[in-house]
Amino acid sequence: MTTRIERHHYDVVVIGAGGAGLRAAIEARLAGKKTAIISKSLFGKAHTVMAEGGAAAAMGNVNSRDNWQVHFRDTMRGGKFLNNFRMAELHAKESPQRIWELETYGALFDRTKDGKISQRNFGGHEYPRLAHVGDRTGLELIRTLQQKIVSLQQEDKREFGAYDARIKVFAETTITELLLDGDRVAGAFGYYRESGEFVLFEAPAVVLATGGVGRSYKVTSNSWEYTGDGHALALRAGATLINMEFLQFHPTGMVWPPSVKGILVTESVRGDGGILKNSEGKRFMFDYVPDVFRKQYAETEEEADRWYKDPDNNRRPPELLPRDEVARAINSEVKAGRGTKAGGVYLDIASRLPAEEIRRRLPSMYHQFKELADVDITKEPMEVGPTCHYVMGGVEVDPDSGAAYGTVQGLFAAGEVSGGMHGSNRLGGNSLSDLLVFGRRAGGHAARYAEQLTSRPKVSTTDVEAAVDAALAPLQRDTGESPYALQQDLQAVMGDLVGIIRRREELADALVRLAELRERVTKVSASGGRRYNPGWHLALDLRNMLVVSECTAKAALEREESRGGHTREDFPTMSSKWRQVNLVCSLDGDQVKLTHKPLPKMRAELIRLFDRTELAKYLTDEELADFDALAADAEEAGK
Amino acid sequence: MGGKRHFRVWRGDESGGELQDYQVEVNEGEVVLDVIHRLQATDAPDLACRWNCKAGKCGSCSMEINGMPKLGCMTRMSTFEENETVTVTPLRTFPIIRDLVTDVSFNYEKARETPAFAPPADLAPGEYRMQQVDVERSQEFRKCIECFLCQNTCHVVRDHEENKQAFAGPRYFIRAAELDMHPLDAKTDRKEYAQAEQGLGFCNITKCCTEVCPEHIKITDNAIIPMKERVVDRRYDPLVWLGSKIFRRPMTETVGHGETSVLGAVHAQPKGGVHSHAGGSHDPHAEAEAQRGVNWHRQVPKPTVPPVDEHGRLPLTELTFDRPAAPSPFGDDVTFPMPVEHLNYAHPEQDEKKH
Repeated sequence: MTTRIERHHYDVVVIGAGGAGLRAAIEARLAGKKTAIISKSLFGKAHTVMAEGGAAAAMGNVNSRDNWQVHFRDTMRGGKFLNNFRMAELHAKESPQRIWELETYGALFDRTKDGKISQRNFGGHEYPRLAHVGDRTGLELIRTLQQKIVSLQQEDKREFGAYDARIKVFAETTITELLLDGDRVAGAFGYYRESGEFVLFEAPAVVLATGGVGRSYKVTSNSWEYTGDGHALALRAGATLINMEFLQFHPTGMVWPPSVKGILVTESVRGDGGILKNSEGKRFMFDYVPDVFRKQYAETEEEADRWYKDPDNNRRPPELLPRDEVARAINSEVKAGRGTKAGGVYLDIASRLPAEEIRRRLPSMYHQFKELADVDITKEPMEVGPTCHYVMGGVEVDPDSGAAYGTVQGLFAAGEVSGGMHGSNRLGGNSLSDLLVFGRRAGGHAARYAEQLTSRPKVSTTDVEAAVDAALAPLQRDTGESPYALQQDLQAVMGDLVGIIRRREELADALVRLAELRERVTKVSASGGRRYNPGWHLALDLRNMLVVSECTAKAALEREESRGGHTREDFPTMSSKWRQVNLVCSLDGDQVKLTHKPLPKMRAELIRLFDRTELAKYLTDEELADFDALAADAEEAGK
Repeated sequence: MGGKRHFRVWRGDESGGELQDYQVEVNEGEVVLDVIHRLQATDAPDLACRWNCKAGKCGSCSMEINGMPKLGCMTRMSTFEENETVTVTPLRTFPIIRDLVTDVSFNYEKARETPAFAPPADLAPGEYRMQQVDVERSQEFRKCIECFLCQNTCHVVRDHEENKQAFAGPRYFIRAAELDMHPLDAKTDRKEYAQAEQGLGFCNITKCCTEVCPEHIKITDNAIIPMKERVVDRRYDPLVWLGSKIFRRPMTETVGHGETSVLGAVHAQPKGGVHSHAGGSHDPHAEAEAQRGVNWHRQVPKPTVPPVDEHGRLPLTELTFDRPAAPSPFGDDVTFPMPVEHLNYAHPEQDEKKH
């Protein structure tokens, strides 16, 4: 093999430069480890910039009744009790600290009157909880972390004479394979997009922070990078994925004009008074309040409208139901023929607030619509519909350390690529805080793991050669199988058959088609050379997209209930039996294997944060009996 | 709209290239980036182009469209005439990698050279208190999506490779301004730094950067001009200078009693305190010494040489120089009038110590 391969030695390699990756890298570097950050795009362009609403953290700045217990409850409720309780607990407890820490890095959040970080209302959160900067919170977060890394590099420059001495960003670099020594991670292999040259990182610890899988869907808010790389890398390295059937479809993506199809309209449009109407002009959300939420939501338009001014004495408008409920409602309206021509519904803020106020509260929303679509949201309603937005499923990890389960050691995951934290549905605002809390944990534990190793795992030459061959293969084939056409076909299968509303026959059909696509993907060919060749890059991403899609389709077929981000038309209700089960995907040869695994049992002091009537909606009778016994014990002890 | 449109796209790499003609399908409501994507999926699968969010939020798809620096995702096809040819070229200021992709590492280097946020030493996380009106000024600059269109369009570097070394560009002037206006940033010399190290003086306020900014940040009016004005104020305005002397006096008195350490006194300068430019004495001890007032034994700061070019000559014209008018023969670090403490002269009042 004459291919030149650049080699680097690091203690911790972080794959992904979004919020979770950068936070993990900061932590690893602070622990004194030599850290590499690998980014598919330029530094600071990660998909995190798209997050608009804010970062949820129970700081209690706006409503002092808020605390971690309330946040924990909301998160579990939002995830329909399928969340890994320990992750939800850690997240609720640690997120305020993570947000405050950002201020010491230079972040400038919007303020309350008394100078604290302002917090806003958001779907599924009981109190105003989202720290925000207008509607560009994600950008603020990524920029802040980016600038923190620069400041660490400046420290290293003073100390060692080189910016890159202890933490380096490899921009526009894609990892195609993790390399193992036995069961231990030994390194990561990839290529520079710019030159097409190969690069090998030898490192005992790897943190996956590659984000989600949305590019496998036709209508998605996700950028080209979201091809499920981390999910696939983890599977191939012997790790497991959980909850892959749960995908979040953001209820309000733009459906018109076509150039911006899929772009999200932040939920804060609804938090600030925006309402959903169908083509008949009816405010339809009142018809879609599920029984479990009946108590918390207003029944009349009058009450709902009073809530914006006086939230303590009125119930919330149904537009603020959790995302999946809103997405399902819109889907039903459109299917019933009450949608717009482009297949959406109207989101109206124009008739609700004065133009000046809209521009002040939603500056980048206003600006985005004006510039991209020539639509003035202060004058006319927007056309919105469900968009593939976030994958709840991901690498099965140890809640405290972020270490991947399965057979592999030295692999960690944080952010969207990890699974468990959000259960079957993520609350808006919980992802930005998730990135920070678990990014920090994964980075710290990866550093600790690298620290305690007595011998460094070695990369084997044959593995590297195999990785080189696999990477070059599409360029050497001349089958005429275009990566762009393949991606379109994959998106059609996933969008049409494994979309927001699912059926047995369609899912089974999807699996057949995915198997056909798998054949074609092995034959994909790319024209052109190795220098910045997007066709080649896509050809290499396709096998990741494919295996992750198979996980989703298989798990979706298996889970015979509807819960959060998984809706089965043939099993429309939640089943308390299914709540006790996580579906775990692993790789057997190159085939996806599915196993059932019981959910960890919530600790007594946590489950007692809920009232029995609420638990009754989710738990089986045996579980409820356990809960009653607990309550009785506590009462006994109280006497 | 709809139907085929004529596109000319620059194809090539660092060794050269040319505009290639394409006839491509365009549908209603599309933007230039959609058309580039269609080209990739049809005629030109290896056409290199950066993009991410396709929503004007990440600043990746910067390109020059009919010669104007723009984001591909924010340029609606409906803004062109029906039969207009659309010419797409890479950013001119940065080296070509391939097709529409350029090497923007210049910007990341300048980012590294800009001193980072300095957190206030006395506040723990969670204790930061700021008023909305105070954070808004910096927030305007933090809207920046780093598309580098301002860097690309700036005359100082657009066709002057030689200026790149000394000039950070509008993106990093707004970063300096952002930190300067940050209510809790502990560093007090952002403006001086911008002038001395970032090449703020090169900017001649043509406002091109403001014009191309997709986030509509008022780069020139709200960042560059205020930074320039205040630097000038501090360096040359006799009133500001006098005010700063009065402001500092009590501290000099404490030092006079010999209790507080001299270095401590220097560091205890309140935010916005004056920075002395005693001839060439960037040595903190000499500075500290200077602040004690009269001291006949102190080392006299050595004068520095004037700013000369590589041939050892003073620049002859303003065209090749970074500021209007001639350079000072005393060097850049000496400002007149010199601060009193730097002169070996004791004013009678200053000697009247309280007993």
